[in-house]
Amino acid sequence: MVTTHPKHTSLFALHRAAGARMIEFGGWEMPVQYTSIVEEHRSVRTAAGLFDVSHMGEIEITGPGALESVQRLIPNDASRLAVGQGLYSPMCTPTGGIIDDLTVFRLGDQRFYFVVNAARVEVDFKWIAEHTRNAVADNRSADLALLALQGPRAAEILQALTPADLSALAYFHAADGVTVASRRCLLSRTGYTGEDGFEIACAWDDAPALWTALLEVGRRHGAVPVGLGARDTLRLEAGYMLYGNDIDETTSPLEAPLAWTVKIEKGDFIGRDALLAQKARGVDRKFAGFEMIDRAIPRQGYELQADGRRVGRVTSGTFGPWVNKSIGMGYVQRAMGQPGAPLHVEVRGRLHTARIVKLPFYRRATS
Amino acid sequence: MYPKDLRYSSEHEWARSEGDRVRVGITKFAADRLTDVVFVELPAPGTKVQYMQPFGVVESVKAVSDLYAPVTGTVVEVNTTLKETPEVVNTDPYGKGWMILVQPDNPKEMDQLMPVDKYLAVIGEKA
Repeated sequence: MVTTHPKHTSLFALHRAAGARMIEFGGWEMPVQYTSIVEEHRSVRTAAGLFDVSHMGEIEITGPGALESVQRLIPNDASRLAVGQGLYSPMCTPTGGIIDDLTVFRLGDQRFYFVVNAARVEVDFKWIAEHTRNAVADNRSADLALLALQGPRAAEILQALTPADLSALAYFHAADGVTVASRRCLLSRTGYTGEDGFEIACAWDDAPALWTALLEVGRRHGAVPVGLGARDTLRLEAGYMLYGNDIDETTSPLEAPLAWTVKIEKGDFIGRDALLAQKARGVDRKFAGFEMIDRAIPRQGYELQADGRRVGRVTSGTFGPWVNKSIGMGYVQRAMGQPGAPLHVEVRGRLHTARIVKLPFYRRATS
Repeated sequence: MYPKDLRYSSEHEWARSEGDRVRVGITKFAADRLTDVVFVELPAPGTKVQYMQPFGVVESVKAVSDLYAPVTGTVVEVNTTLKETPEVVNTDPYGKGWMILVQPDNPKEMDQLMPVDKYLAVIGEKA
């Protein structure tokens, strides 16, 4: 019998020492909360939070065929990326299912960097390597740690630790070889919380020193360490999908609100024919957000009903600590996915009233 | 943290004798494990509850947990304030965070529940 043990990031000992409660996620033993999900969630909305997301995967494609390979692998258009620029995209099967959702950055003319979900690293890397031509795919996941610093004070905190001018780093841009707290890092202005923020990749063993430095400066600005519990409630309020919950190989980017990532006109890519046909035919289901009117919390798997008929299931749901209401997302029949449409969620055998709302549930005020 | 005058269940409910009735809530240990209580679902007055059978549900941001009746009997009163302020289950589990008041069928059933020292041993805390 084969037993597998959950993997540990290089920050495991620090999380333990900080009193974090640990859970298994995507094959990793990760902090779910340090103090309280609600407190950590609020800190990210009002000040900043530091996340260990080293369980996520990093894959690079380098060589003369890099761009062409990336273009083959994703429906979004990487040809318009200048060096230092990135984009979000699903990666599809030939039938248009979603293998993973990821961010891709162009780090050089012939060098692209993917950040992928923890549970999908092996599947992704195999797929990417198989479809890379005239370039080399390199799985760097074991060598790179990844921290996320998120919140309205994130830029101020990070700026205190780097000589790089962060005001020059725009949303969805990346800079490689940036020094942060004397460590060499790959910095991107991205996140999964709905706030301004950064994701910082560094050498696996550099992460503890970087974490400690960021928290030390951060604490003066109200920053706290944040676990996967609040990461999930933050992304849900921001209307971001979670691979495995909201999207997977059985869902299409055209049903999910990812039609904007499918650039049919860019030329061929894996899944193009299937998605083109779907587009012509029209999809039956639509991914929608809803908020509860009754007092009940929608959870993953709960049944959604409309007019007494089963119309779908909750794919993600929670009590949103900042929006202060129960919120959820799921697939419903296309015709009924309009904001304001009534919906019922079955919670422990009883139907509770909800209504469809426009995503996201939370949008930060931008100056 | 764990009052001496209460009896405790293995599912982390407490029970307090008040005359011939029993007040029920969850322990500090359970409240701490849940951390952020955001919803409590309780039965209506008049509902029959059974010893160690679910009588309601407590939800934190992350998880749903059943509540187990520490005695068999009839619910005579429900803490309706938990609808608006479920967080008092965290801040005051033995006071404002109480959940139901039960008229027990057999008051002797309380003897099946643990005294504080035994409960502390179960949760691995010192008296």
